[in-house]
Amino acid sequence: MCLGIPGQIVEWVDEEHHIAKAQVSNVRRAVNVGLLAEGPDAVGIGDWVLIHVGFAMSKIDEEEAKATHEFLLMLGDPYHEELAELKGSAIE
Amino acid sequence: MRFVDEYRSGEVARRLAEQIAGLVEPGRHYKLMEVCGGHTHAIYKHGVEDLLPDEIELVHGPGCPVCVIPMGRQDDAIAIAMDPEVIFTTFGDMLRVPASDGSLLDAKARGADVRMVYSPLDALRIARENPDREVVFFAIGFETTTPSTAVTLLRARDEGIENFSVFANHVTIIPAIRSILDSPDLRLQGFIGPGHVSTVIGNKPYEFICRDYGLPIVVSGFEPLDVLQGVYMIMKQLSEGRAEVENQYSRVVRPEGNPTALRAIAKTMELRTTFEWRGLGFIPQSALKLRAEFAQWDAEVRRRVPGIRVADPKACQCGEVLKGVIKPWQCKVFGTSCTPDRPIGTCMVSSEGACAAYYNYGRHAGRRTREAAVR
Repeated sequence: MCLGIPGQIVEWVDEEHHIAKAQVSNVRRAVNVGLLAEGPDAVGIGDWVLIHVGFAMSKIDEEEAKATHEFLLMLGDPYHEELAELKGSAIE
Repeated sequence: MRFVDEYRSGEVARRLAEQIAGLVEPGRHYKLMEVCGGHTHAIYKHGVEDLLPDEIELVHGPGCPVCVIPMGRQDDAIAIAMDPEVIFTTFGDMLRVPASDGSLLDAKARGADVRMVYSPLDALRIARENPDREVVFFAIGFETTTPSTAVTLLRARDEGIENFSVFANHVTIIPAIRSILDSPDLRLQGFIGPGHVSTVIGNKPYEFICRDYGLPIVVSGFEPLDVLQGVYMIMKQLSEGRAEVENQYSRVVRPEGNPTALRAIAKTMELRTTFEWRGLGFIPQSALKLRAEFAQWDAEVRRRVPGIRVADPKACQCGEVLKGVIKPWQCKVFGTSCTPDRPIGTCMVSSEGACAAYYNYGRHAGRRTREAAVR
């Protein structure tokens, strides 16, 4: 629940409600990007973010996303459990 | 030193460890608290303590949201879930937490409609799909997850979804740190600050630690190198007689936090007068409840919640673990009657709990941790 998992925003689902598809490892699911909708960290298609419980919470660069992904792979089970839970998610 | 090879850069880790050792004042013992459960997990998993000189001790703090929920609130959650009208939605972490009479999983086995969700927005979707049922979301977590509950509440209001409510158990990190600083049980020399909480609240709220208690805090990332660098920055401050808020995790944490997230929280929630924390007792203004304008979506207003206070099982020392007074392996039931498969206390349930982290990885740890374990 507290793991921030890196994903790339790949397409809009519902721009009015700030819902976009994010690619996280081999999972592609809708997330809410409304908390990064304005200011210097405003995100769009192609940007990398850290996702917590279905919400993009921080904008990061690609290098940080890759390093975090490798770190999470090393962490093992907690990351795989988080990905399995994300897989079961169907945010609208 | 075998864990060094797992780090992003073994050479950098080795150099950092040498520099940290060089900052140790002979004869002085340093207790540094990592506030966040994510740090605790990384420290055990990667044997970070084995890279540090004997004079530096890492003390595990209260920043595991599953761990700090008192048993009474878990009983309340189960009471709500047992109502046949209710679909009770929760993060997976809370399913196995023991309450007075079993866990939410046991309640599910007894017929309660308990469903695991990844996000509060999934709970809201379930409410849309089941207009004739009451859907309650068990909201837990520090400032990392609070904004997600806040945004979900705003969405429920905007869409007029009336069969959705939130059982709010969001806690705030600053009062917990203050409570630990005021506790006579523990004398700390510095803090490794929580990375993801700080993406929301920023660096400013930690300033009281430096101003009022004269201690340094370094907000740090979660990789072993981040933690090592955080320790180095604290030690450098101590050696130079400084006490400041520093940000090691600036590649993710902005000094001002996330104003949009803070606004969403402020719109939907306000501080409770007081809230009970497992192990830390009642801490004034340390948790959030829904604002009166959101009473319609507040499970504590809409449902009958028993609200009974329940003492922890006598054998369980989660409280002392959460305050950093004892290490997991010093608890009387650690690894014997309390294991991740059959937990007695919350610290053994969550992967971020110090007991579960030590149970899972401690046996792979190096000299210092092993010696401590057999003490």
